[in-house]
Amino acid sequence: MNADIFLWLVQDGVTNGAIYALLALALLLVFAVTRVIFVPQGEFITYAGLSLALLESGRTPGTIYILAIGGLVAALIDAVAALRDRAWRRLPRIAALYILLPIGVALLVAWAAPRKFDHWVQVLLVLAMVVPLGPIVYRIAYQPLASASVLVLFIVSMAVHYVLAGLSLVFFGGEGLRSSPFWDAHFKLGVMDLSAQSLFVIGASALLIVALWLLFEHTIYGKALRATAINRVGARLVGIRTALTGQISFLLAAFIGAVSGILISSITTLYYDTGFLIGLKGFVGAILGGMASYPLAALGALVLGLLESFSSFWASAFKEVIVFTSIIPMLVWLSVRSRHVEEEEEE
Amino acid sequence: MNRRIITALLAAGALGAATAQAEVIVGVTLGATGPGASLGIHYKNAFQLMPKTLGGQPVKYIILEDGSDATNAGKNARKLISEDNADVVMGSNGVPSSLQIAQVATETQTPFLCLTPINVKPDQYKWTFSVPQPTELMMSAVAEHMKEHGVKTVGFIGFSDAWGDLMYKATQHWADKYGYKVVTDERYARADTSVTGQILKIMAANPDAVVVGGSGTGGALPHIALVDRGYKGLIYHNHGTVNAEFIKVGGKKVEGAIAPTGPLIVPEELPATNPVKKVALEFTTRYEKTFGAGTRNGFAGYSADAVRLLAAAIPEAVKKAKPGTPQFRAALRDALEHVKNVVGTHGVYNLTPQNHNGEDERARVLVHVENGQWRLMK
Repeated sequence: MNADIFLWLVQDGVTNGAIYALLALALLLVFAVTRVIFVPQGEFITYAGLSLALLESGRTPGTIYILAIGGLVAALIDAVAALRDRAWRRLPRIAALYILLPIGVALLVAWAAPRKFDHWVQVLLVLAMVVPLGPIVYRIAYQPLASASVLVLFIVSMAVHYVLAGLSLVFFGGEGLRSSPFWDAHFKLGVMDLSAQSLFVIGASALLIVALWLLFEHTIYGKALRATAINRVGARLVGIRTALTGQISFLLAAFIGAVSGILISSITTLYYDTGFLIGLKGFVGAILGGMASYPLAALGALVLGLLESFSSFWASAFKEVIVFTSIIPMLVWLSVRSRHVEEEEEE
Repeated sequence: MNRRIITALLAAGALGAATAQAEVIVGVTLGATGPGASLGIHYKNAFQLMPKTLGGQPVKYIILEDGSDATNAGKNARKLISEDNADVVMGSNGVPSSLQIAQVATETQTPFLCLTPINVKPDQYKWTFSVPQPTELMMSAVAEHMKEHGVKTVGFIGFSDAWGDLMYKATQHWADKYGYKVVTDERYARADTSVTGQILKIMAANPDAVVVGGSGTGGALPHIALVDRGYKGLIYHNHGTVNAEFIKVGGKKVEGAIAPTGPLIVPEELPATNPVKKVALEFTTRYEKTFGAGTRNGFAGYSADAVRLLAAAIPEAVKKAKPGTPQFRAALRDALEHVKNVVGTHGVYNLTPQNHNGEDERARVLVHVENGQWRLMK
């Protein structure tokens, strides 16, 4: 191995690590706020990446049906709850959020798809399609069970994952798709040959991480999220609606997933089920960071990206084994350190 | 669509069960969902185009879904044989699934037309017939081409699954005869986000040619990475990769990719003397008419050829026994072992007790990507 190869591998590892870092943050956020281990995070990646690739070829992505029908189901659940409470004033808001918005977006995309707008317009369309899915999924699957145990919520997550992955196969088909790169250029920096696309991915991830930090530190919603994460009951006592914080965390998770999907679909071929594995690696990154701190999770994801890149050079047949085995020492350490917490949960 | 057919068939089956079974029951298990979905969908589609009588006998197809899971495939095969009284089973996409079914076929003494190239010995798996070209036969075309172009060193990168292993073995198989050396055995997964590490290793070994052991669009990732790193040698794929989606994903970067495949991918370009041309062209035309232009693929052809082999064997078998009996299954197996000159979409089949595939050089052509299309190499 010479310096050239070393630098290539670092570049590759950091690029993938940046995406895993985003996903690790999203998973950690959702877990902290709602105690949901959000397995379907990966599906947002798939939906966004494949929708973008389909829009590029001028076809209408099936995501719009998932969005519209999901919205209707969520609206129905909310409307029934509102009628039961005789809270008529809630109905217009429900209709606007869950019916008008999703169907509006769906129609817009159906109109725009054959017209092949500029790449950036397509990116915005994809975000408009995929991001609302987060709150919709939360409303349908998780909100009714918000106070259930971590294990029950995890089982729900698996179910949601299977449903979304199945829909993905129906709407996107079994073959892989790839979107065109944002910026197809190469730079020479000393001995290193940098591809513009990987700089773009790293830059976008860094920007998003800073934006998240600003959100948590300087906005009332961000502070509400943090408060819910620290103490659910306490947060409710001071007047924070935990259902709302749950929805916001899912909104952010869907947003992060969609951005990751858009970034990654230009550097690799995405399949209807690829997102799960990418999301899983984000999860491993979060665990490497101790499943508690955001900077550590991001660092863990970065380390994972590098580990993956170097193991694919030295022992490609065992790459996944190496990557997923790396969490075992961390899990052992976590379980040794926090034994009494688990006992509490079992009671 | 398929479910409707299955339901109709099941309903028909329930009615027919009362009367004596006169029709031949073909049990099929395929994975049109799960990780092998991209292949399974094509295999399954083909059964919509299959004739309802074979060799003068009415035929009933029962298609079950195994989700590309080997355990499910085995269970499905068992169910088809014990509950539906299948006379012959077919399936599945994926080597592990197919091996499971082969076990069940041996145990229950039911002929099994395998739709995936698996490497099993006929004396051990008496009841298993492998329809697709053996990977060695396919790669021999690549090996010949490499020899012609003076290739001495070959880099290999393939899936980290049974398919990657098969392709590596097939590439290695011809190394001595055609005078090349396989210098790398790199592996990747279909869902990987990057193959940079593997490609760097291949580039460091600097082989004259690279063989990619992937399938479908999965073959595009290493090819694109090689081109991005400025690799100038020949890049070969395999018959699993030859479809329109591969080019859609790879775009300009996969221009010049070479792959062996069955003749049905390029029937229009075959010379009129080619025995396979007529059958292949007819099937491809029908398939694209039903499922859309550019959907032609090798997998659907394997389903079609399995049915053709069956059609050739049934007349012999019905002379000896009635469908639905163990005697018929045995007779069918014996007949399959002796079918001669069956022209399929992929080639000409001449089966013997020692050779349960029976295809020859007529079952392979070399194609390459030219102006965004798979074209026959002259």
